[in-house]
Amino acid sequence: MNDQKLKTKTRSSSGMIRAESIFKRSLIAVGIAMVLLVAGLMITLIIESVPSMKNLGLKYLWSKTWDPVNNVYGALPFLIGTLLTSFLALIISIPFSFAIAIYLGEYNPKGWLSNFLKNTVELIAAVPSVIYGFWGLLVLVPIVRSLEIKVGVLPYGIGIFTASLILAVMIIPYAASLGREMIRLVPSPLKEGAYSLGATRYEVIKNVILPYTKSGLFAGILLSLGRALGETMAVTMVIGNTSMIPDSIFGPGNTMASVIANEFTEADHTLYLSALIELGLVLFVVTVVINMIGKRIIKRFTNE
Amino acid sequence: MQTFFKSLKQGLAASVLLAAAITNVQLVTAQDDKTLLGAGSSFINPLFSKMFADYNAKTGIQVNYQSIGSGGGILQLTNKTVDFGASDGPLNDEQTAKFGVPVLHIPQASGAVVITYNLPGNNNNINLTPDIIADIFLGKIKTWNDARITSVNKRMNIPGLPILVAHRSDGSGTTNIFTNYLSKVSAEWKSKVGSAGAVNWPAGLGGKGNEGVAGLVKQTPGAVGYVELIYALQNKMDYAKIQNKKGKFIIPSIASVTSAGNVKMPDDAKIFITDTDAPDGYPIAGFTWVLIYKEQNYNGRSKDRATKLLKLLWWNIHEGQAFTQPLNYSPLSKEAQKIAEKILKSATYDGKAIL
Amino acid sequence: MNAKVKYRVGKSKVVQGVIVFLAFLITVPLILIIVYIFREGITKINWAFLTQIPKPVGETGGGIVNALIGSILIVLTASVISIPIGILCGIYLSENKTGRLAYWARLSVDVLQGVPSIVIGIVVYFWVVKPIGTFSALSGSVALAIMMLPILIRSTEETLKMIPFSLKEAGLALGLPYHKVILKVIVPCGVSGILSGVMLSIARIAGETAPLLFTAFGNPYLNTNLAKPMQSLPLMIFNYATSPYDEWHDMAWGAALILLFTVLSLNIITKLITRRWNVQL
Repeated sequence: MNDQKLKTKTRSSSGMIRAESIFKRSLIAVGIAMVLLVAGLMITLIIESVPSMKNLGLKYLWSKTWDPVNNVYGALPFLIGTLLTSFLALIISIPFSFAIAIYLGEYNPKGWLSNFLKNTVELIAAVPSVIYGFWGLLVLVPIVRSLEIKVGVLPYGIGIFTASLILAVMIIPYAASLGREMIRLVPSPLKEGAYSLGATRYEVIKNVILPYTKSGLFAGILLSLGRALGETMAVTMVIGNTSMIPDSIFGPGNTMASVIANEFTEADHTLYLSALIELGLVLFVVTVVINMIGKRIIKRFTNE
Repeated sequence: MQTFFKSLKQGLAASVLLAAAITNVQLVTAQDDKTLLGAGSSFINPLFSKMFADYNAKTGIQVNYQSIGSGGGILQLTNKTVDFGASDGPLNDEQTAKFGVPVLHIPQASGAVVITYNLPGNNNNINLTPDIIADIFLGKIKTWNDARITSVNKRMNIPGLPILVAHRSDGSGTTNIFTNYLSKVSAEWKSKVGSAGAVNWPAGLGGKGNEGVAGLVKQTPGAVGYVELIYALQNKMDYAKIQNKKGKFIIPSIASVTSAGNVKMPDDAKIFITDTDAPDGYPIAGFTWVLIYKEQNYNGRSKDRATKLLKLLWWNIHEGQAFTQPLNYSPLSKEAQKIAEKILKSATYDGKAIL
Repeated sequence: MNAKVKYRVGKSKVVQGVIVFLAFLITVPLILIIVYIFREGITKINWAFLTQIPKPVGETGGGIVNALIGSILIVLTASVISIPIGILCGIYLSENKTGRLAYWARLSVDVLQGVPSIVIGIVVYFWVVKPIGTFSALSGSVALAIMMLPILIRSTEETLKMIPFSLKEAGLALGLPYHKVILKVIVPCGVSGILSGVMLSIARIAGETAPLLFTAFGNPYLNTNLAKPMQSLPLMIFNYATSPYDEWHDMAWGAALILLFTVLSLNIITKLITRRWNVQL
């Protein structure tokens, strides 16, 4: 090779080497960025909650008065509202999630009908939250109202029950798709063994599949729960927004997420804003913990 | 860098540029553009909405006003994220202290907080007395055909529906006016709940903004709530006649609100006009103010921006007043207008008056 | 068959019926929502609706062009911010299955996936809105970009993990530098999976409202300046739906139809892509 070609080749290879190390370093930088991002999220939440934490300490979590006038804050009404709606939604949704998981995992894993159901479930998860809220407000609320009139309670229409109904629909896909994956993982020899002993379909499901996938299904429930806890928009639109402990599931209430959405832009005292952010911190910690437990269970299950 | 990544970036950049070219996207933080940002009271929102659309047509300046509640307006002004705030309750001592620097209250108009309700049948303008209202909102009167209500409404046929209270879920000047009134007429309310932009409501459902409360009442039979008059009118909802201090049942209207507002306004324009002494005055009326920093040079604001803001507010209290009556707000009286002018003229940039 | 067996078989069939019934019941809310929104919304959409800005409160007419353009701009900006970072991080995680930084990064992505959107909105308010001093479309885009990251990273990582190691070996054996192997061999192989991840993340945030409540703030005028507040479809639907004005409810139906249609189409197109290219996500 003549001198010129050698020079260009060396220049371009050193360029390549530099580009390679830049690339490798940018990969590492991105990894670091993610860690910093999440750490930053937590730190910001904690810093902004400090005034409220200093004011009340742990008592905040079980004080039941939320009174911005007198600067008295207690998270209990919202904790109860959040737990009530989420668990009610979970209870309502579990039969459907499991039915879908069992159908798609065991009865009918392939074929056009199963694809149709799978796609429907995924589309349910895709509908934006605000549209659920909007539809719930204008369609579901009047229905619940006439139901309440029949039952004999105050016909608000809006309230914990309605919010739980909508939440239930929204979280069905999470437990359903995870459950389906888990059920499909059951080893065939196990099932075939049971069938060859004369078990019916139902007995195989009850005695082989469900016990085997118990922890996976539990993880699915946890993931659904995590989603329900943090859901904001649909709940805000139909829950009634009262800052008192709800006295019945047919009455209004408030969740941590919805009170933040409603009152954040006007929390004018430092303590008020900080109390709201502390709610956000509690919400953050609870949802993250639940999600992580769920993921850990899944990882252990799929690695067995 | 490398061709795939490059082509991906190119594709993305191309589409962004195309969108930008079509829509003229900018990332301009320039202050001297033709926009102003305000937030706050939903009480005054219908009026502002009309006023600012007209101002835009006349001057090309876009005023982006977001109706997030008076509490929100005060907070965003404190955080200096908006040019002006709007509130139906004057700043209290704690809020004033939090600002640290003087804040000007410029009255815009006055309006009526009406008690609106949803009763089937021909039940518009029922009579309500102060103690009935207080007890409804305290949760002590639970059905519409309670003896106390029917005794002042002998000619009406009020159904026996349960009463569903609707109140504000956000920080609200409308709430401020209403609870100020309730504290004046009910000792129990004053001690139990108090008067502020957001209180610990003893009963009922919360809606966001005047819009939310009106929406709740409109859709729920038996519901009762408090909203600015125009919200009840625009949505064809019933509202009550309230007994005032002199014993007369007054219907909320421009005339009765003006009557209630006919008081000597202090120089800083901060005043509540509830529970009026005027014989024809509506008892639950109130002013709305625009709040701005007295010293406009903060956060690197340009003089041009401050001037645009002051010019807008000057227009509000003069030409803008033409929009008040068609929307059933009561315009500023001559005295109030003069005080407002004086207040506007006291706004400074670097210590020098702007107007 | 004796009676006991008949009973067991019968029970199994009954259970099957119940399960099938419950499973397919899920189609009911989806159909109800789609039908309802279509029915109410289709009559409201016309040229004026799509090209005008909203009229002042109480007047009829007007349109949602500010929300449409606003949504497009905010989503586009969020994508520009998050796609490069997300794909690079996905590459990093698929290339480094072990290692301390990879462990913490993966953990962070898992945590981020579970964070409620309202919490992200709060944090971005403090990170972007307060320092700049005003609400802005850009802050909204930042919040949405943070929400897109877990989906992008996860799908990129999963797609790239599926690619046989031998491809990478071959590239390296030929003397290609590391970055060329990744960017010119591995990534193009997984482009359909990555593309699905991109579309899924866009579909996810196109309908998000909570993070925009205290960042993009809303704007009754058409605004194309990213440094100022901007309206977006989900924000508009939220505000108009909770209002008492019938005209505003009507406009919310129309906007909801457009939003629902866009989000569902993105999801369906993603499914078609993954099926056609036969990628397991």
